[in-house]
Amino acid sequence: MSAPADFQELQDLYSKVLRDLARNPAHRGRLENATASARGDNPMCGDRVELSLNLVGETITDAMFQGRGCEISQASAALLTELVRGKSPSEARALGETVARMARGEMPDATSPELERLAILSVVQKFPSRVKCATLAWRALDAALAGVKETSSE
Amino acid sequence: MDTNVAPAFDVTRIRQDFPILATTVRGKPLVFLDSGASAQKPRQVIQAMTRAMETAYANVHRGAYHLSEVATEAHEAARGAVQRFLNAAEPEEIIFTGNATGSFNLVAHSFGRGMLKPGQCVLVSEMEHHANLVPWQMLRDAGLGIGLRFVRVTDSGELDLEDLAAKLADGKVGLVSVTHMSNVLGSVTPAATIIRMAHEAGARVMLDGSQAAVHRAVDVQALDVDFYAFTGHKLYGPTGIGVLYGKRALLDAMPPFFGGGDMIETVTLERSTFAAAPARFEAGTPAIIEAVGLHAAIDYVSAIGMEAIEAHERGLVDHAMATLTQVEGLSLLGAAQDRGGVFAFALDGVHPHDLSTYLDRAGICVRAGRHCAEPLHARFGLEGGSTRASFGLYTTREEIDFLAQKLSDARRFFA
Repeated sequence: MSAPADFQELQDLYSKVLRDLARNPAHRGRLENATASARGDNPMCGDRVELSLNLVGETITDAMFQGRGCEISQASAALLTELVRGKSPSEARALGETVARMARGEMPDATSPELERLAILSVVQKFPSRVKCATLAWRALDAALAGVKETSSE
Repeated sequence: MDTNVAPAFDVTRIRQDFPILATTVRGKPLVFLDSGASAQKPRQVIQAMTRAMETAYANVHRGAYHLSEVATEAHEAARGAVQRFLNAAEPEEIIFTGNATGSFNLVAHSFGRGMLKPGQCVLVSEMEHHANLVPWQMLRDAGLGIGLRFVRVTDSGELDLEDLAAKLADGKVGLVSVTHMSNVLGSVTPAATIIRMAHEAGARVMLDGSQAAVHRAVDVQALDVDFYAFTGHKLYGPTGIGVLYGKRALLDAMPPFFGGGDMIETVTLERSTFAAAPARFEAGTPAIIEAVGLHAAIDYVSAIGMEAIEAHERGLVDHAMATLTQVEGLSLLGAAQDRGGVFAFALDGVHPHDLSTYLDRAGICVRAGRHCAEPLHARFGLEGGSTRASFGLYTTREEIDFLAQKLSDARRFFA
């Protein structure tokens, strides 16, 4: 692969949208009296996402995260807290499965505003060692919805 | 012994011995700066291992036939090569393990459980690789009354000798187990001083030579060290083989760790008696091909000369210090006076993972994360890890210059 193509991939990965999400997430923090929460850790690099959710009936009404890590892990967490609002747990989990599939290079058949937004993470398929960064927050979501307090990227 | 190695240190010539250094990463020359994690292999090692499998392979210490005798001879010759490499008094003091981690676990079980007494403790430092920490935590938690203490690391990244003296003062430390060279800070610890202080306090000493043995000549007799561990794959040899040196008197007194074939004297259904060291600690079929590879690796570095390698690497360290400190926004971890070719750093505003992805696209391999030294990163307030460049005997100044240039580029890219 030529040098410009490599640089293009880097620019695709670190898109302006992703970097803005990582640096200025809309929903950073911790929900007081959250109905579900979990912490996801990548023990290899120290990335951490602490997710807190409010569920009313079968609807996620609020989601926030705090944590530390690379731009990909933090941008993915920021996206998550945006997109799961108003979703049912199973709809939210389905978004996480979509992220995992996109990271393997499988693009979803249907399109929707949410999927288009998630698609900024799809470029990690070209960076196999970064897939766990993109999926960490979504693993924390699965854990929180399952009532598990801690999970790991490993 | 390979005779093709030039006597003078010629890095261009040396690089030709390493086939992988001629390969490219997405069309770019490979700049391999992760030798501290695992080093690349010279043709001499690759060929020796292939030759052993093609012409001299059978199980060792078993068959009364020619091929097994040849393989056994090669295996014991490797032990002899390690003995000379460390200047151990006898080949029986060299035990083959799976890696340095295996060496620590062996000592933690055999010496720790078998010879330390309740009330005694093990003393490690804050800058240990997890391999020289976790086995001792497990020993402490085994309910035998054995404690665990920690020697502080100074802000400059050196072992705090005053704190060492304080921790040794009550005479309860049975074993001091510390690194000979930090895999994060590059700090070379004052081994002779540590060993003298520990012995005066009645403690044995184990050194983690995983990094040090690659970069400097080690003389276990001159050091008077009790145990010394290193691993083959960081010394340009294969994975799957590590070394534990132990003083003969200690090894003879230590109970076995793994039980099985090869480590016994007589076996009945009821009980067994155990062979003497080193066989006592080498249960099961050993890493036969890997021992041949380790032998070739030792021959390779010995032919170049550890002093010549050390001199080359000192030049690289000086160059890296001068070059990397010029990179805006870069802060190095540790500032030890005596350091080897390992540089961990933080680049202002760029996460280590993002940085290593950026460098990878330029063909540069570095390690990002906590380098199996999580407590040390916590000590320096870097829970998110650091980025590490580590050198081998094939590293060039041009590669360090290229790294520095790409670090500056990365800082602009992520600004």
